[in-house]
Amino acid sequence: MDVEILARIQFAFTIAFHYIFPPLSIGLGVILVIMEGLYLRTKNKLYERTTKFWIKIFGLTFSLGVATGIVMEFEFGTNWATYSRYVGDIFGSALAAEGIFAFFLESGFLAILVFGWNKVSPKVHFFSTIMVALGATFSAIWIVVANSWMQTPAGYHIVGDGLNARAEITSFWEMVFNPSSLERLAHVLGGAWLAGAFLVISVSAYYILKKQHVDFAQASLRIALIVALLASLFQLFTGHFSADGVAENQPAKLAAMEGHFDSAKPGTLYIMGWVDEKNEKTYGIGIPGFLSLLVHGDISQPLIGLDVFKPEDRPNINWVFQTYHIMVAIGILLIAISILSIFLHWRGNLSNNKIMLTVLIFSVLGPQISNQTGWFTAEMGRQPWIVYGLLRTSEALSKTVSAEHVLFSIILFTLIYGLLFVLFIFLLDRKIKQGPEQVDDMASEHAKQKQLF
Amino acid sequence: MEFDLNTIWFLLLGGLLSGYAILDGFDLGLGALYLLAKEDRDRRILMNAIGPVWDGNEVWLVTGGGAMFAAFPNVYATVFSGFYIPIILLLVGLIFRAVAIEFRSKHPARWWRNSWDIAFSLASIFIAFIMGVALGNIIQGIPLDQYGEYAGSFFTLINPYAVLVGISTISLFMMHGAIYAAMKTEGSIQEKTRGWINNTIIFFVICFITLTMVTLIYLPHMALPFRENPYLFALALLNMLAIANIPREIHHGREFFAFLSSAFGIAALLGLVAIGIFPNLVISNPNPEYSLNIYNAASSQQTLTNMLIIALIGLPFVAAYTISIYWIFRGKVKLDASSY
Repeated sequence: MDVEILARIQFAFTIAFHYIFPPLSIGLGVILVIMEGLYLRTKNKLYERTTKFWIKIFGLTFSLGVATGIVMEFEFGTNWATYSRYVGDIFGSALAAEGIFAFFLESGFLAILVFGWNKVSPKVHFFSTIMVALGATFSAIWIVVANSWMQTPAGYHIVGDGLNARAEITSFWEMVFNPSSLERLAHVLGGAWLAGAFLVISVSAYYILKKQHVDFAQASLRIALIVALLASLFQLFTGHFSADGVAENQPAKLAAMEGHFDSAKPGTLYIMGWVDEKNEKTYGIGIPGFLSLLVHGDISQPLIGLDVFKPEDRPNINWVFQTYHIMVAIGILLIAISILSIFLHWRGNLSNNKIMLTVLIFSVLGPQISNQTGWFTAEMGRQPWIVYGLLRTSEALSKTVSAEHVLFSIILFTLIYGLLFVLFIFLLDRKIKQGPEQVDDMASEHAKQKQLF
Repeated sequence: MEFDLNTIWFLLLGGLLSGYAILDGFDLGLGALYLLAKEDRDRRILMNAIGPVWDGNEVWLVTGGGAMFAAFPNVYATVFSGFYIPIILLLVGLIFRAVAIEFRSKHPARWWRNSWDIAFSLASIFIAFIMGVALGNIIQGIPLDQYGEYAGSFFTLINPYAVLVGISTISLFMMHGAIYAAMKTEGSIQEKTRGWINNTIIFFVICFITLTMVTLIYLPHMALPFRENPYLFALALLNMLAIANIPREIHHGREFFAFLSSAFGIAALLGLVAIGIFPNLVISNPNPEYSLNIYNAASSQQTLTNMLIIALIGLPFVAAYTISIYWIFRGKVKLDASSY
């Protein structure tokens, strides 16, 4: 295999693994703010217990997010040096801003969150929780801005040519508010809230099904279900606006998402299907004209298809089509699950409904899969460009790095991430089995320590 | 020397990396010495001495990397792709260390804790070593081609001088970490850490003298700025005074001042390196005309300006959080339910 495909596999693998964790931190952050806010308002000890328990889980996801995040920051330089030279003037500022504005905030106040229960007043602790949640959100803002600039570059000009060409900034704010920043940020944040909410829902449903820590589980579940409902509906809107933006700014990506080839015809909205790239045909179940309706508001208006793009300017169509449709299907499913659960909860039947509780336990996978497939759609849909319309992925590699180097690092990362994932699941499982009681019971913790050593 | 934006960013980047070396330096150094504590309770105390702060310390590296990417993209691209294997190994070390800290106390089995303890300590030593090797290569210069791309191999980087800087970095961080450990502990474990301080000071001073001699003999370019501007010797002198002050403060039981001295010593050492290489960031050796300096490797003036505004807005907040976190967690470590 050549360096390009290996470097792409490595980036896809390391970023996909990394992206398990930050959405959980962002989503849990919001839920923690709600829980601790309720505790301060109502002085109900139940909310203190839920807050303490979920902070422990937050700490776990956060530390894995940091550990795998440093890899991402270094990987631009190690594997994509030409890209780094080309975009450093622009992309670098967003990354540095992320460090200064987001990571310091998050890591600093996290110390108080986890270790500071007995060191600061409840109000200062609550303030720290808000700061951590904000820090997690800020990091999403800067990284999505940077990525959106790669999708829809703005506020720059090209200086030099040939090997020396690079993008230089002309307007910082045009770069920040490039045409796709806001809609994509909203969609990413919505996905992160879903990830956090469904983790809480899943664990709570497990406790309720096992009839353990039921009060605690009910309290967590109520909050998380409301977040899940709002976030899943929010995704419907942000998803629509994102798709509109893609139609306008990256027509090849939109055409690939729906396997639309013929520019003379209106676009079909597929529910599922398969793209035959060789014969330029898409088979599947879909509503003819509906894509045109969503994009142009007119069911019969033709839509730009892949035929206007030369084969070397097209993404890998079937991949984009499939990942996109998986994301959408899961998104709809999550809305249905949220509405149904809230309905059952309102009727007071949720706790006895074993089937629904089982569905909820597994629902934690939903946002994870849709977040991943959504990013695959966004990033694979941008290909063959690394910066849309400006720099090809094949021209962005490090010149000094060989295929053996990249293969070596892929093997290393695969081994380590495999281990990390097993440990993550193992510890998550232990914490869940341990339950919330252990967390705040200091006397027994001390006794246990003494007993062990 | 003119105070243009490029120079300011050279200083800011130096400041971020010094901040990293001072802060992560003590937790890496503590990690390097960690296995010398045998009791689980002592190890937990040491681990919790860095518990609330280690990941914040690492953020300095992340931000330093981001600032390098933004201000000097050519340096970022050349160094990270040129040092490919060491950087990947560094990342592996950082991941292992983070995971070891997070996971060791989560499960009480002895085999579990011992394995993570070893991983934590070896990773700490390894990270310090790689950082030092990278710094050694930057001081000595690396082969670059006319496009500013790295022209050597992995083995070019593992040379005697770089290895010497690597070992010296371990010794420096060990001394710094031992002082921090003494500052944060009490009773029998503190007695133990005081012994570490004495030994690591000796280790460091030996490394420091050897390194200084080797640098002066074999790398005359590092001494040149000092010969041209003799007043720069003041920094070297202050550096030595700071190191000499450490045993004095320890003798009087003032660990905090010893820690400040050693922090100042680290900053001064990096300052000496910065003076030696300025205005270059990556010296090309041979072919010095291909060196990457603060002008040919920099971003546009507009980006340097934007970044300066971002830094001026952000850094006061960063200073405020950092100081408040260290203030809140001041004093000796006491284990409780929220500890590691």
